[in-house]
Amino acid sequence: MHETLVCSEADIADGNTRLVQIGQAEIAVIRNGGRYYAYENVCPHQGGPACEGVMMPAVRDVIEAGGIYRGQQFDEADLHIVCPWHGYEFRLSDGRHAVASGLGLRRFEAFVRDGSVYVRA
Amino acid sequence: MTMDDRVGGAGRDEKSQDGQGFDTSKLLKNAARQRDERNYDDFLIIDVDSHHYETEAFREIAEYIRDPVLRNEALYQGAGSGGITSELGNYQSMAGRVTRYPGRRKEKTPVKPHRDITLMRRWMDAMGVDIACMFPTPMLNLASCQRIDVQVGLATAYNQWLCERILAEDTRLKSMLYLPLHSPSACEEIIAEFADRKGVIGFMVTAPHYASVYDNAYAKSYAALQERGLPLAFHAGFPSGDQALKLTNRFIGLHALGFPWFNMIHMTNWIINGMPERFPQLKTIWIESGLAWIPFLMQRLDNEFMMRTSDAPLLKRLPSEYMQDMFYSSQPMERVRNAKALEVTFEMINAPSQLLYSSDYPHWDMDLPSTIYDLPFLDETAKRNILGENARKLFKLGSDLSDTKQARRKAREAETKR
Repeated sequence: MHETLVCSEADIADGNTRLVQIGQAEIAVIRNGGRYYAYENVCPHQGGPACEGVMMPAVRDVIEAGGIYRGQQFDEADLHIVCPWHGYEFRLSDGRHAVASGLGLRRFEAFVRDGSVYVRA
Repeated sequence: MTMDDRVGGAGRDEKSQDGQGFDTSKLLKNAARQRDERNYDDFLIIDVDSHHYETEAFREIAEYIRDPVLRNEALYQGAGSGGITSELGNYQSMAGRVTRYPGRRKEKTPVKPHRDITLMRRWMDAMGVDIACMFPTPMLNLASCQRIDVQVGLATAYNQWLCERILAEDTRLKSMLYLPLHSPSACEEIIAEFADRKGVIGFMVTAPHYASVYDNAYAKSYAALQERGLPLAFHAGFPSGDQALKLTNRFIGLHALGFPWFNMIHMTNWIINGMPERFPQLKTIWIESGLAWIPFLMQRLDNEFMMRTSDAPLLKRLPSEYMQDMFYSSQPMERVRNAKALEVTFEMINAPSQLLYSSDYPHWDMDLPSTIYDLPFLDETAKRNILGENARKLFKLGSDLSDTKQARRKAREAETKR
């Protein structure tokens, strides 16, 4: 495992992504809510650049007691990485597909040291 | 952070798919990698179902409308639709999740060649597609317009525009031209006028027509196509005004059912009324309904036909045997949990000779060539047949690779010699 310098913390605003090429793998480093996440930029579906699309919160149906449907809401606590090719959604927190947890983005460790962002791959 | 901020928010630092500098080639960089890893430069890939957005060139197309009053009306009204109340199909892009929908309009292209040619070539080159059969997008729902004169006028204008402005300019682009099925005489006239135009490789009916395909009114059109050796394609669609489909409240339901539904109806009528016996040399292609519906319908029709042969007296074989002689486009190929189902489907439809690769690009559920190439149960010959050779034979096309593939091959050869 090697550590690769991605950028300084100042160069990646919250909510944004940086791409870094490490060997054959293009890795996306995402900063969100003060945390860093790193995933290979390849969707397990058809190979799309999964981390170059939008991020959106999970959508939830609101069901009240008695099974009554009361509309939909965004779940701000569950942000999704959305592949721009087909819309496959992966949890930002762990890279797993929103429903089919057996499917997911290849995950790497991202960390900060001395004001710089690194990926261990 | 507002939702507007979120859309396109990820990657603004150094990625260009946020609508400001949208570039199809960049969006498809991973497709280009697949192309190189799988050596697509070594063989022909033909995409039998792809699309452009004719609405972007609507003023050009409207100028081809021959009725001056209708032309004036079209130029005044445009072809726009949209808004949350209009129809379920308007959120195919999943509210911005599939970024090429909002991005496409902002993609920069040179003045020449025509913008549609440039955009087509960009995705074709990225995926390794040599030849693409292109269809319109919103016009697929033209049949839902209650004014038959508008259907005919716009279909004729579009076909002429496509032939003269696009197909005549690029040999890699082909089309099966739109037939306004609600006017049988117009179908005959369109076939007669355009069948010999450059790039025309067949004719297409959008499946959601409320018309009976076995009607004698279409016999002249079918005979004309058969005589010319041109296939007839049924392209799936979803009229959101359909009474049954109105029961769906989300696009996923409308699309999952609507696209196979109308092809199932037309296929059933086509077979039960003995059309394969009445027009034995007429080849049919069933487009964009996926594949899972075919084994279902084969089993249903075979089972009932054995009990009710008198309902279909022209048939000399089982319905499924006729269906095995037909052609099918591959997309959207269902990725099922039980992989055996897909393998059985391929067996039941004689995929190595009858299946035609299609991307449906740029639509939301597009399939790359790797959806075929990576299937573990196909050998290399079957893969290449489905990706190109079946279509090449069906449409009597040449086997020349695209200019970009040839250029890459030459560059590699030169590099090897060095």
